[in-house]
This record gives sequence, C-alpha cells and structure tokens, in this order.
Amino acid sequence: MDAREQEWANLMRAALKGNETAYRSVLQSLTLFLRTEVRRGFARYGRGTADVEDVVQDALLAIHLKRQTWRTDEPIGPWVRAIARNKLIDTMRRGGKRINVPIDDIIETLPADPPSEHLNERDAGEILAKLNGRQRDIVQSISINGASIRETAAKFAISEGAVRVALHRGLAALSKIYRDEDL
Amino acid sequence: MKTENLIQALSADLATRPTPVPRAIAQALIVSVPIALGLLFYVWQVRPDFWIVLSSTRFLFKFVFTVSVLGAGLWLVLRLTRPGTQAGPAMTALFVAGGLMLTAVVTELAVMPSSAWMSLLVGDMAGPCLLLIPVFSAAPLVALLYALKAGAPDDPKLAGAAAGLLAGGIGATIYASHCHNDSPLFVATWYIIALAAVTVIGRTLGGRMLRW
Repeated sequence: MDAREQEWANLMRAALKGNETAYRSVLQSLTLFLRTEVRRGFARYGRGTADVEDVVQDALLAIHLKRQTWRTDEPIGPWVRAIARNKLIDTMRRGGKRINVPIDDIIETLPADPPSEHLNERDAGEILAKLNGRQRDIVQSISINGASIRETAAKFAISEGAVRVALHRGLAALSKIYRDEDL
Repeated sequence: MKTENLIQALSADLATRPTPVPRAIAQALIVSVPIALGLLFYVWQVRPDFWIVLSSTRFLFKFVFTVSVLGAGLWLVLRLTRPGTQAGPAMTALFVAGGLMLTAVVTELAVMPSSAWMSLLVGDMAGPCLLLIPVFSAAPLVALLYALKAGAPDDPKLAGAAAGLLAGGIGATIYASHCHNDSPLFVATWYIIALAAVTVIGRTLGGRMLRW
C-alpha cells in the first residue's frame, strides 16, 4: 500500500468517526485521483473529456453514500478503485448515444494540460435543477452557497434535522440521477 | 455544480450515517424469517413426527446441508456487496456444503441396496419440495434484496445470486422440518434444484435492484 492510500485510510477512519475536516480533506485527495483515473479511462475508450467531471462527481457521491462498505481494517485503495471502475464502466455502457472515435485518431489532440474541473462549468446548476424543489434549495444552499446546516435551517425556517434529511435525500437523488441518465 | 461545491455538501452530510450492510441484513431477516416460519407453522405444518426423527441421522443431515448452504450464502453476500472484494474464501464454504452433500450421497449409496435407490431419490414429496422451498424463501429474498441496496456490489447479478442462495438456504432449512423424505438422494436432487431456482431468481432481481 503506498503512502497516499495510507493517508486516505487514516483520513477516512477519522471521517467515519465524525471528523468533518478529515473527510473534506480525503474527498479532495480522492477527487484528484478520480479525475486522473476517469480521464485515463475516457482516453482508453476514445471518448472526449467533456463529461469527466460528471463521472468524478458520480464516483464521489458513491464513495460518500457507500462509505460504510469500506472495512476500516482493510486497504482502502482496492475499494476506491473498484468504485471508480464501476462508475466508469456504467458511464461507458450508457454512452451509446455518443460517437466513439478510435483512440489513435484523437490521441494527438488530447489536451496535455493538467486535469481541470472547469471543463464543465457550463453544467453548473444543471444537475441540481433536476432535484425536487426543497431538496434542490437545500443542496444548493449548502454546496454552492457554502452555508452551514444551521444557516440553511434559519434561512428556510425549518429545523436542522429537516435540513439534514433533505440534504441526505437530495444527495441520494443526485446519485440516482447520475445512474439513470445519459450524461 | 463544481466538484468543490459537491464536497462541501458531502461533508455536511457526514453526520447522517448510512446503514452498514450486516445490520441491514439482520433487520431484513428479523422481519422476513418470521413470515416464512408463520407459513410453515400455520399453513404447511412441521411434520408430525418431528421430535421422534430428531434422533435420525438422515433427518439431521438435511439441516447440516441446508444450514451450510445458508452460511455460505450469508458469507458470499457479505463479501460481494463490498466494492473490490471477491467471493474468495466464501466460495470455498459453498464447496464445503457441496462436499458434505456428496459424502452423504456416497454413504447412502453404500448402505442402501441399489434396488431402493430410485424410490429414495424420487420420494413422494418432490413436488412440494420444488414448490415450498421457493415459497419459504420468498419473503427473505425480497427483504434481503432491499437490505442489500445499502451495499455496493461490483456485480449486482452475482450479489443477487448470493442473496438467492442465502434466502434459498433459509427456505430449505424451514422446508426440511416439513418434509418427510430424508434420504440424501432426495435432498441432493430436489433441494438442489429448488436452491438453484431461488438463486437464479435472486440473480435476475439483483441485476435490476442492486445497481448503485
């Protein structure tokens, strides 16, 4: 197990005990890894890089919603890679509508710059728009506006518990949207 | 939505803990096994000589077999719902159940005259066996599949098949106390066909229900 995976495991163990800072930090580190993996996968299948960030977000949601399936005494690397692979394959299967170009034809044109998440900023808000009203408002308040649970509760005049429930359901719904729809 | 924003939302949701798969399985079984037992006690009944045949090796062996299938199914389910975890040693447990069955069949063939083999194999309850093992497995299978949505199987069909094997093991264990055909030749034939059927149903449903 390499140092990076050791670091993920340590952070994730702390996160599973409730440490939010550790959790944010492991998710950020995993994002960099996922971005590289997904781009590599897309290139292998001769697929453009436009939707990379969608798959990264899909995988992050899965890591989040399924975090209890990692056993803290086992290496975390194989677990993360299996989730990434699963999401990548799902995307490729769904990608029937897309035109696949043999890799040799586009390899010269693949961007060489480091992976960036700004590729699909055009999509900002798009996926959230598919959530139902209350869930969308609350997920948006916490994700895009960066409000805390408490601030969000105050803003919508509902209990913090209700915010937590709506947030959790909203994230589960986002995962389902990614799963069921063509990207 | 930017990924950084998503991470913000994910960390805010950290306090809402997902149900661990073993707990979800336990809850599913607590709800569904009583339904299957209720069907046994109130609709089909435990065989009348249950307490007498408890001293019969053949009768007891049925449970050795069905419980070992059940155990292998449970172990397979627990492993196959974790990303990056293969069946591994749990598959060996299934082979052990098969090995036990094979040993019992060979022993039965050795101690019984060949003229009796056919009637032992056919018995008089093949129909009920094929019908009731799936019936007793139904509630556990449905409950298990819903529970396994908490998991994240690399292969939803395979995880569904494991759930079918576990539910089938439960159904077969319950059915064994109803059925009065105890020869390993009967069990090796009809129980295994019924178990295979429940496993195939689990595989089909799992492919649909366990995607994540």
